[in-house]
Amino acid sequence: MLKYLARRLTATFMVIVLVSISVFMIFSFLPMDPARLTCGKACTPAVVEGNRHRLGLDVPVQVQYVRFVKGIFVGRDFGEGAAKFSCPAPAFGYSFNKHECVTTLIAEAFPVTFSLAIGSFILWLLVGVSLGVLAARRQGKWVDKASTAFVLVGNSLPTFISGILILLLALKFNLINPIEMGRWVSPFKDPIGWASNFILPWMTLALAYAATYTRFTRSNVIETSSEDYIRTARAKGLSEKVILRKHTLRAALAPILTIAGLDFAGLLGGAIITENIFNLPGLGRLSIRAVLIDYDLPVILATTLLAAVFVVTMNLIVDILYAYIDPRVRVA
Amino acid sequence: MSTPFLEVKNLSVSFPTEDGLVRASNDISFDVARGETLAVVGESGSGKSVTSLAVMGLHDRRSAQISGQAILNLENGPIDTISANPEVVRKLRGRSMAMIFQDPMSALHPYYTVGDQISEAWRLYNDGDKKAGIKRATEMLELVGIPEASKRVHEYPHQFSGGMRQRVMIGMALVNNPSLLIADEPTTALDVTVQSQILQLLREMQKEFNMAVILITHDLGVVAEVADRVCVMYAGKIVEQAVIDEIYYTPDHPYTIGLLNSIPRVDELDGKRLLAIPGQPPSLISLPPGCSFRARCTFSSQVPNNLCATKVPDLDNKYGEHFSRCHLTEEQLKKARVSTGAQS
Repeated sequence: MLKYLARRLTATFMVIVLVSISVFMIFSFLPMDPARLTCGKACTPAVVEGNRHRLGLDVPVQVQYVRFVKGIFVGRDFGEGAAKFSCPAPAFGYSFNKHECVTTLIAEAFPVTFSLAIGSFILWLLVGVSLGVLAARRQGKWVDKASTAFVLVGNSLPTFISGILILLLALKFNLINPIEMGRWVSPFKDPIGWASNFILPWMTLALAYAATYTRFTRSNVIETSSEDYIRTARAKGLSEKVILRKHTLRAALAPILTIAGLDFAGLLGGAIITENIFNLPGLGRLSIRAVLIDYDLPVILATTLLAAVFVVTMNLIVDILYAYIDPRVRVA
Repeated sequence: MSTPFLEVKNLSVSFPTEDGLVRASNDISFDVARGETLAVVGESGSGKSVTSLAVMGLHDRRSAQISGQAILNLENGPIDTISANPEVVRKLRGRSMAMIFQDPMSALHPYYTVGDQISEAWRLYNDGDKKAGIKRATEMLELVGIPEASKRVHEYPHQFSGGMRQRVMIGMALVNNPSLLIADEPTTALDVTVQSQILQLLREMQKEFNMAVILITHDLGVVAEVADRVCVMYAGKIVEQAVIDEIYYTPDHPYTIGLLNSIPRVDELDGKRLLAIPGQPPSLISLPPGCSFRARCTFSSQVPNNLCATKVPDLDNKYGEHFSRCHLTEEQLKKARVSTGAQS
């Protein structure tokens, strides 16, 4: 198991390095000059070149990459003299538009995205898995039919429709104060304020995911129920409750772990649509604004990289958990 | 003879489907006593497994229509597993009656160690903590001949070979000392060499636990090794029932004769081709009138008045305890045996 772990950790690290290189490459080849974007209409070439030097864009791309990586570990200074701007480690670059270290921007946005992700994750797992199990146990009964309807609605409503519908309903019935919407409240200081702030976006995201999970859980439970080892469990004299809890669910939910981990990791990278609908200052909104409004390349680079790291890391975690659940996966 | 442990009376199981009612097993009666092995023989779809699953109460009652009786003569009185409360029947499973299945590869839960699985079965009916359960599981593994049992008890099913897994299954089935063991094709998925080891083990265990054993198989070679009596099933019905020697030496049904002829024999190496039974078994949804085997039977023309096509033959006893469902007379059957070489 330790050897397996060491091997997987190395592989994960390699993937992250490769991802960072390719992301860096993509952004350096964009037909867009970040230095030109630093000043307005009346811009002299001298200012552009000055800024190019200041942003460290006047050296070959591989040197830029080395500086970028070095900055992550030891921090980085941009410019010299009076215009010097220091970003302590881990530095992911400097946003000229916001005159702020990218790390600071991400540190502000990440708690919002994480809150959004974790809450909706728990909500959709609870709803999706329990509804799926229920539907599988009562195949063809009204619960099953209702769950099919739910799956259909959840899967066919995109979040930009369901989110707006939920928001409209909440406003119509005065459930939320639109001025308060999107204000960040720390869950440690005001857990109720935090939760009430996030409940609508949680529901929006959870609706879409829960539908998929309901369908997946239902089919997995039904499939597992017809396995030979479930018949063995029944032949042993175990009660249906124990069979479901101990024998069916463990096998049926293991594959759900994989997609749940990856879905969660994907959300950690930012839920662009939901964050925008509910005015949440998370990573998704940070990136989409950087892309569409500010052309803020350092921010885009950092958020893209971060999203990739989340997915790769979560993949590793899921694999380790899976090996823990399914002994057949363990490699000596 | 003592009272049999299991008495199956007029047991029928059918499954309603969109195409019609599938009569998987039809009016089955047999019994089996402790210490005795009854083999139930027939090809796929003849209703062997369906019958035994009904005895165990393992059919989903929402999808199966079951009638008749399957009476277990327990120490504190008989219980009919067909009509009894499912919860009562559940508590008989694993303790009074146990079952092992065809494919040991998939019959054990892949996520739990074999020790956990055996221990789970034991602790269901015995007071004891997990440690005691594992100890008991180790004993069972030793009993069924698994080397290094105390180490292997902590291993997972995928770490065992097919034969070893079937041993684990047997150990698990016997952990609560059941009076009846139903073995549903226990050797079909195994190598021939492993097959005879498993059969040997079953025989030893039967002696040790004084169990009634129902051995379901399509392999008459397996039957010859272990059975005391044989039920031959065809298209959901018992077509012949007799003690083992009579089945082999004086088969009284053309189907049994056909089955015996389709076994390859080492002592007949004269290049003779195996005699296969022509045709396919009939659909269980719309059984033909008369004898179900008629379409494949080479002797039905010998029966006068086209009786085979109009009247279902009764399960008559030809002599002694030998029952057969055929319109042919004993004299005609004797000729049939000789003409096909079934009788040597």
